[in-house]
Amino acid sequence: MALRTEPFVLNMGPVHPSTHGVFRMRATLDGEVVIDIEPVFGYLHRGIEKLAEQRTYTGIIPLTDRLDYISSMNNNFAYCLAVEKLAGIKVPERAEYIRVIMAELQRIAALLIAVGAFLNDCGAYFTPFLYMFRERERIVDLFEMASGQRLTYNYMRVGGVSQDLPEEFMPALRKFMAMMPRFLDEYDQLLMQNEILIARTKGVGILSKEQAINSSASGPVLRASSVKWDIRKADPYSVYDRFEFDVPTQANGDCYDRYRQRVEEMRQSLRIIRQAMEQIPPGPVKADVPHLIRPPIGEAYARIECPKGELGFYLVSDNSIAPYRCHIRPPSLINLTALRDMVRGWKVADLIIIFGSIDITVGEIDR
Amino acid sequence: MTVSLSGKEVARKIEEKFPGSVVESSHDSLVVRSDSLPDVARFLKDTEGLDFDFLNFITAVDYYDHFEVVYLLNSLEHNHSLTIKTRCYDRENPIMPSVVGLWQGADFQEREIYDLFGIKFEGHPNMKRIFLWEGFAGHPLRKDFK
Repeated sequence: MALRTEPFVLNMGPVHPSTHGVFRMRATLDGEVVIDIEPVFGYLHRGIEKLAEQRTYTGIIPLTDRLDYISSMNNNFAYCLAVEKLAGIKVPERAEYIRVIMAELQRIAALLIAVGAFLNDCGAYFTPFLYMFRERERIVDLFEMASGQRLTYNYMRVGGVSQDLPEEFMPALRKFMAMMPRFLDEYDQLLMQNEILIARTKGVGILSKEQAINSSASGPVLRASSVKWDIRKADPYSVYDRFEFDVPTQANGDCYDRYRQRVEEMRQSLRIIRQAMEQIPPGPVKADVPHLIRPPIGEAYARIECPKGELGFYLVSDNSIAPYRCHIRPPSLINLTALRDMVRGWKVADLIIIFGSIDITVGEIDR
Repeated sequence: MTVSLSGKEVARKIEEKFPGSVVESSHDSLVVRSDSLPDVARFLKDTEGLDFDFLNFITAVDYYDHFEVVYLLNSLEHNHSLTIKTRCYDRENPIMPSVVGLWQGADFQEREIYDLFGIKFEGHPNMKRIFLWEGFAGHPLRKDFK
């Protein structure tokens, strides 16, 4: 007589060490094999898009800090670009360079967390994470010098940045730049050829090129599936067209490739920062912008390449001091679209790794 | 640099194929009738030279007398983009055709619009709230939400 079996529903989260925040998955299992999952969102929904409709254009900047809270600078950046596009504001040269330096430092910091957390999910419990945090700490120190904050920086303003870099910033940045490549080499030595890491991640959770595009994936997830698409190159904003850097891609679109992609992107960020440090001109850091901005009636969409992918703000103005509509394109949410297809057929332990390799921040998913 | 295609020119191409489907067009965008959206979307995705393979985002805007649903499309191959919009005048029971079958990336975003604006997307395989709980009264991003 055949043994009668039935699928088993496993609840993971909302509070679970592997879900990177308050995020829940309902997995349907056949034995140990995942046959279906359903992500459940909303535990961190604060209604930021609605709140934005009642705030002045400048007053929204602190809200954007709280979207993807581990890359606040990038959120500030994307939002300010959208308002500047809407209102036709030109940003001084020096401010553009400061923004680029900050955005790239933030990218390194966020990717360090992404890689650290991913290795954590792979079972390298907190040792790599601690190393990554050691380096991230120096970036956070730099941000603290410039903005006074260590997590929600609220540093950029419409038309520039809130204040010029303090005197001690550049020497400290130079010191960091001298150290960081050595750390990246160290990670490579420890991890790139690590047998356990390769066994757990190579060939696991493959996202094909076609599906990556069809499910609107962006950022490292898209590029790891061999799509050469980086908004800094494809649709350059700010002064990115003045820097020389490569867009790395990977061939297979598995978890290992997504991990590797992030490590390579950190090296490119270092290249950009190095060039920006050489080119940065003196001058003002903020355009003459009124306290209450009233953009003309119309709409604008501005997007940047943030550490997780394409972050964009779609603003609609009715010529008042607050936006009529402020839509945020969240890369964390949209990158999860293909998760269901990626995990089917893999074991529960792989589910954790595949999910970790996408790199999400729940603050941005739920908004 | 991503080239933003002129709404007027694309509208002409669409009109040739599907007469009467374009409501209005401007330099930046074009508005299509909601019932012809599936045809137009497929046309934009599959026509050579347009090849809009990447759906950037979908969102909605509430203008009191109607909802406007906004789609930003990109072609990774040609590096050009296009904004298309559709309007929905029914406030009580707004229904729009879904584009999930064409671009899987629409999945969560259409659910989000349903959750926050109350616009139902016909043809979506899993049309239910995404952030708020079932039983939540109203749709918060509507302008008249109290």
